[in-house]
Amino acid sequence: MEKFTKLTGVAAPMPLINIDTDMIIPKLFLKTIKRSGLGKNLFDEMRYDDQGNEIPDFVLNKPAYRNAQILIAGDNFGCGSSREHAPWALLDFGIRVVISTSFADIFFNNCFKNGILPIVLPQEDVDKLMEDASRGANAVVTVDLENQVITGPDGGEIPFEVDAFKKHCLLNGLDDIGLTLQKADKIEAFEKEYGAKMPWV
Amino acid sequence: MTAKTLYDKIWDTHVVSTDEDGTSLLYIDRHLVHEVTSPQAFEGLRNAGRKVHAPDKTIAVPDHNVPTTLDRLNGVENEESRIQLEALDKNARDFGVHYYPVDDVRQGVVHIVGPEQGWTLPGMTVVCGDSHTATHGAFGALAHGIGTSEVEHVLATQTLIQAKSKNMKVEVTGTLPEGVTAKDITMHIIGLTGTAGGTGYVIEYTGDAIRSLSMEGRMTVCNMAIEGGARAGLIAPDETTFEYVKGRPHAPKGADWDKAMEYWKTLYSDDDAHFDKVLTIKAEDIAPSVTWGTSPEDVLPITATVPAPEDFEGGKVDAVRRSLEYMGLEPGMKLTDIEIDTVFIGSCTNGRIEDLRAVAEVVKGKKIKDGMRAMVVPGSGLVRAQAEEEGIAQILQDAGFEWRLAGCSMCLAMNPDQLQPGERCAATSNRNFEGRQGRGGRTHLVSPAMAAAAALTGHLADVRDL
Repeated sequence: MEKFTKLTGVAAPMPLINIDTDMIIPKLFLKTIKRSGLGKNLFDEMRYDDQGNEIPDFVLNKPAYRNAQILIAGDNFGCGSSREHAPWALLDFGIRVVISTSFADIFFNNCFKNGILPIVLPQEDVDKLMEDASRGANAVVTVDLENQVITGPDGGEIPFEVDAFKKHCLLNGLDDIGLTLQKADKIEAFEKEYGAKMPWV
Repeated sequence: MTAKTLYDKIWDTHVVSTDEDGTSLLYIDRHLVHEVTSPQAFEGLRNAGRKVHAPDKTIAVPDHNVPTTLDRLNGVENEESRIQLEALDKNARDFGVHYYPVDDVRQGVVHIVGPEQGWTLPGMTVVCGDSHTATHGAFGALAHGIGTSEVEHVLATQTLIQAKSKNMKVEVTGTLPEGVTAKDITMHIIGLTGTAGGTGYVIEYTGDAIRSLSMEGRMTVCNMAIEGGARAGLIAPDETTFEYVKGRPHAPKGADWDKAMEYWKTLYSDDDAHFDKVLTIKAEDIAPSVTWGTSPEDVLPITATVPAPEDFEGGKVDAVRRSLEYMGLEPGMKLTDIEIDTVFIGSCTNGRIEDLRAVAEVVKGKKIKDGMRAMVVPGSGLVRAQAEEEGIAQILQDAGFEWRLAGCSMCLAMNPDQLQPGERCAATSNRNFEGRQGRGGRTHLVSPAMAAAAALTGHLADVRDL
């Protein structure tokens, strides 16, 4: 996993609430057996018309946001399915940070496994960033994970919370499986005791 | 001893270790695998030279991509679907996990197969790369969806790195009115809490109305816990649960059964256990429900009218405006005036035998509306066989329904069963998102009985009036 330390990039506003995983990456693109290449179909049904042409009004099709690396989104971003194709598509497009008032649980976890930082902020902070992001290419925002602070285009700072373990993994680009396998002896001991107690499992 | 909730008890039993910051390593008893969210995980194992840690606790079944037409054994036409199905076949065989291939009568939707085969048992931890894993909570098992990275983690270690959720209790008191089903309960709850109302929680469903449900009904309730944003839904096991589990192929037998029963009977929330949030609902207040918008929280009784954006607040105003435009609906129109051209009965929400019986009861001796496309997709090959044996399949076909083979079908349209742009479907599935059943398709979520009513009348209809 690619590390995440500090990022300065264009923020794109998506004020719609309940942006679900079917919007982020529709089902027909889940048939891949790879993790890469999904960026071109990110938000496919919102981004392209029935003939496959770009819809100019869609935020990521506008010149100012084509290289956005940060999304500012409405409440409950990522609700719906467990498909990790959603963060894979965001990442492949170039999005490394999503900011909202709330996220769906599974999507939130999936982000951290892929070097994407989802940030939960109070409504007023999201409103402020949404307004900043609406300024287009001038809306350059810096997200500093180490210090847990977002710096807006006017220099205003917004602190944010992040789980300590998840922060550690992101900062160092750590692979969970490697970390867990360091506890192989504990897993083995658990299995022995548990198996004796509950042989039917 | 501190009073514990059911969730606390299951959690505590499965903790392998806990770090200083409270992050725990949780042991996983059952890992269900399907073809869409697993190929990258198996590839990761191969690349790292790792094995599946517990193949005997891992169960694979293809469901999302499989066509449901009778000719499917001749091969899958769509190349990408075929590659994904072949990948699961190879991975299941190479890594030696339990596997129900597409030509096995036990094949079906993964969340129907698990309980049916007795893989899902009370007190277990169950995960799958699929959000509707919440279904298994009906057995008093802690069950939730995971992403592909976590699928790989569970394959490699049989554990998951987890932070504990908060406890929520949703109590449904009293007796369900006639025509109101488990599906209406779960939709009604999401209508009240919203799709983010359960975020950060595990919900335990309690109360007389829940207790009176069959296992099939309980699975329907827990299935949609995820639509309310919860990590998982739970129902404490009782005689109904034990009766369902007993004798299933992978349920414990003999002395193991007695030992298991002794343990399972301890699986309930203690009287004075603490819940962070409690919601109490009277069963009498629940009506046959339908969704009108593009979020599962857009729920109303069938007797209501389509709302206006101005009826809402905040970000929901624009969301409703967008929904109504997508759905092609005008505020103020009666829900029962919404014309339907497609009916889909099936999915992990409502693809079990009881659901098919409910449809048969409504349509017996009648015909579906002229021009209606209506399909019944049993949740598994065994549900299909049972429905044929009970004569249900014949009743459904006589009424004009297509009788399909098991799979996820039109719930998510990754297979040939899809809506065309502008088509409008009464569906017994779980999501009414934009494009969910096919680009431009419009979905109204309903119970099986209500879907049957729509099939007969050609519009959303109150099953109580038929």
